[in-house]
Amino acid sequence: MSKLLSNGQPQIGEVRAVGIVKRFPGVLANDHVDFDVKAGEIHALLGENGAGKSTLMRQLYGLYQPDEGKILIDGVEHRFHSPKDAIRAGIGMIHQHFMLVPELTVVENVALGLKSSRGFVLDLDVVEKRVCALAEQYGLKIDPKASVWQLAVGEQQRVEIIKALYRGAAVLILDEPTAVLTPQEVDDLFVTLRQMAAEGHALVFISHKLHEVLAISDRVTVLRDGRVVGKRPTQGATKEELAQMMVGRPVILQYDMPPLQCGDTLLKIEDLFVQGDRGVDAVAGLSLELHAGEILGLAGVSGNGQRELAQALTGLRPVRKGRVLLHDKDVTNASPSERMALGLSYIPEERMKEGAIRDFSVADNIILQDHHKPPYVRSIFFDFKAIKNDAKRLVEAFNVKTPTLDTPIKNLSGGNIQKLIMGRELWRRPSVLIAAQPTRGVDIGASEYIHQQLLGQRNGATTVESSVVQRRTPTQAGMEMREMLEGRREQCLATLLISEDLDEIRALSDRIAVIYEGKIVGIVDRNEATVEQLGLMMAGVRKEEALGLKKSGDHSEKEPS
Amino acid sequence: MGDLFTLPVLLGIIYSGIRFATPYLFAAIGETFSQRSGVLNLGVDGMMLMGAYSGFFVAVKTNNLWLGLLAAALTGGLMGLLMAVISVTFQATQGISGIGLHILGLGLSTLLFTTTMGGVGTIGGFPPVRIPLLGEIPYIGDIFFNHNILVYFAFLLVPVSNWILYKTTFGLQVRAVGQSPEAADTLGVSVKGIRYITVTLGGILAGIAGASISIALINVFQENITNGMGFIAVALVYFGAWRPTGVLFGSLLFSFVNALQQWVQLKGIPIPAGMAVMLPYILTIVVLAFSSRRISKPAALTKKFERGES
Repeated sequence: MSKLLSNGQPQIGEVRAVGIVKRFPGVLANDHVDFDVKAGEIHALLGENGAGKSTLMRQLYGLYQPDEGKILIDGVEHRFHSPKDAIRAGIGMIHQHFMLVPELTVVENVALGLKSSRGFVLDLDVVEKRVCALAEQYGLKIDPKASVWQLAVGEQQRVEIIKALYRGAAVLILDEPTAVLTPQEVDDLFVTLRQMAAEGHALVFISHKLHEVLAISDRVTVLRDGRVVGKRPTQGATKEELAQMMVGRPVILQYDMPPLQCGDTLLKIEDLFVQGDRGVDAVAGLSLELHAGEILGLAGVSGNGQRELAQALTGLRPVRKGRVLLHDKDVTNASPSERMALGLSYIPEERMKEGAIRDFSVADNIILQDHHKPPYVRSIFFDFKAIKNDAKRLVEAFNVKTPTLDTPIKNLSGGNIQKLIMGRELWRRPSVLIAAQPTRGVDIGASEYIHQQLLGQRNGATTVESSVVQRRTPTQAGMEMREMLEGRREQCLATLLISEDLDEIRALSDRIAVIYEGKIVGIVDRNEATVEQLGLMMAGVRKEEALGLKKSGDHSEKEPS
Repeated sequence: MGDLFTLPVLLGIIYSGIRFATPYLFAAIGETFSQRSGVLNLGVDGMMLMGAYSGFFVAVKTNNLWLGLLAAALTGGLMGLLMAVISVTFQATQGISGIGLHILGLGLSTLLFTTTMGGVGTIGGFPPVRIPLLGEIPYIGDIFFNHNILVYFAFLLVPVSNWILYKTTFGLQVRAVGQSPEAADTLGVSVKGIRYITVTLGGILAGIAGASISIALINVFQENITNGMGFIAVALVYFGAWRPTGVLFGSLLFSFVNALQQWVQLKGIPIPAGMAVMLPYILTIVVLAFSSRRISKPAALTKKFERGES
């Protein structure tokens, strides 16, 4: 009846969700949401974390069942009890965290859960043939025999797409597909997505990155607090307009960066080698200097040694070779507490594992490092009054939204937990701050706040931070906070910002160091390199070469393209 | 000590080493399936005891060894099913529920034995079967091809389970469920279903392992006859890096050292008996301590699975 797609499946003209309501204990995740996607289009679903995007899509994919409302495919109502039903109906989903088994090969991952043509016995050769055919048709280059853990993130994503196509997806839901990709990989993905749409697939693109939504989608629907707050063709939309819809108030998308003033080297890393979990050197001969008053962005694709570097710098992972100097003191083998005493603070990548204790209260998490020191203890007993007092000041100063100080931290949103951790670390008046993925999984509002705080610690950023403090905390605590920040400005905090989000790196850093396979590929100044050039460096191309492409007229023989 | 190197002694040790690898193989390969799917079953020993008792009881009462074996498999399977209900459906902590099942098996088998049979008795177990042709080869035939049927089954189980794990859809699902249950779930694989099957299968094989002791190897039943063999089987799974071939190697090594130590005792070589008995266990601890195999360990081992809790 309907047109066949390249993967041999009949096209789906339209998927429509009508009046979807989904409740979780204490939360109304979707509040009468209407959403539809048509064959041949890319429909962006935009919203902050917790806006209900993933919840909505998980219902289209059968992982959750709606409490109210219905799902129509080409006008026919469908009820999905599990992903199996959704897959059978032609819907595929690429999850934000890839749903691949790392130890299995590409073909095994595709074959998993499918009926074999030989009954009980696997037919991997048959699957492999079809995987290769699909890869060819959709331009998705992949080695079918490789184990998934050996693949780069972009390749793993291609496996996910092939997996969905193999199962007959006519509709493809992509949940934040660009979050972990390099700019080049994003470009490749967009080419694939456009091709799939042109073929007649219907695509849902979930994101909170405005420029990507503008670049790839035909239509955009904005969710906020579980409700649809906007729906429009992408053509003619602006970033500011979409951001305002998403957050509910105007958002600062660009930060002022006053010039850098201080300059002593506070943290020096010399030829560092650190082993990763698999026993290979994850950090392999890395050298870096961090100066007072600067934010040094460490850009790189996930898994190139960032995590191991952060852990080695903070004393959570042993160093195999090389040296780390903090204030000219050798701390290569120092314990975390010795480093803290020297003024090192750390905002860890895994905030629930390394940054906070899930079941402890807000107040207890705030005094984690200093719980054994006055004013929190008197002889051997806690002084709960002093603890509460300080916790209250910190929570107010850093705008942490929590019902009470005794609330277990696991009940707070990601953004608020992160604000709390950041507040705790800055409250200690550090001279060197390691911030690993400070805004990952944090919504735009909280990200903006965290970014401003990080910038505020940098020398001379008077205007930004005092406006933040005034706007958000017009209280006694706010005044104290301001005094504290003034004091810290004289100390010229040095920040190492480790992030996979290139936009974040570019917005905040004075200098950008690019890490690849455990080494620094090159360091560029804030405005020295374009996104594309940084992307090349993130793929291992040396700085001179990456930047040279742009200056082709100057000294290389390359033709301008 | 020179006696050790006489041919009959060596042959005897090898023969007995192969023979007594049988219960370890059954139990550890069953446990391999269970652990590969993410369930650590520490109750193996209790399941073996129940299998040993029910196999012995039924074989004595019916005078049919095969019915005994069937009863052992069924009893073990029921124990496995119970473990699955507790740890997969009710999500109890696996280590604790396994220990509970061990104690249940130990107590129940002792109680049932004293009330239904009373004193220790013996039975004529599965007789040795000499394999035609191969069994005629001098020395080799005696050592390798003159065992009772369960010994052959145990060794056949190695290639069979290897084949199931790596060449069948079921095996692929087991491996996936033990590594990333969430991924398997999104592809419509029933994580709990697979775990039910593997844990029950582990129970069946543990039951057979128990019966192999009571009606094929030693041919008696007494209180706690396994003497911790089930726990050794769990350790052998780690030792064998969750592969049937690795488990085979571990079972043989352990069993040979055990045979050697028994011979040392028999010979009255002046080593305290207690020390000799400890030998295989010390070996297990040493080997486990020095074999760090984080890579091949199923990533979801001991982790509960509930949709939407990742």
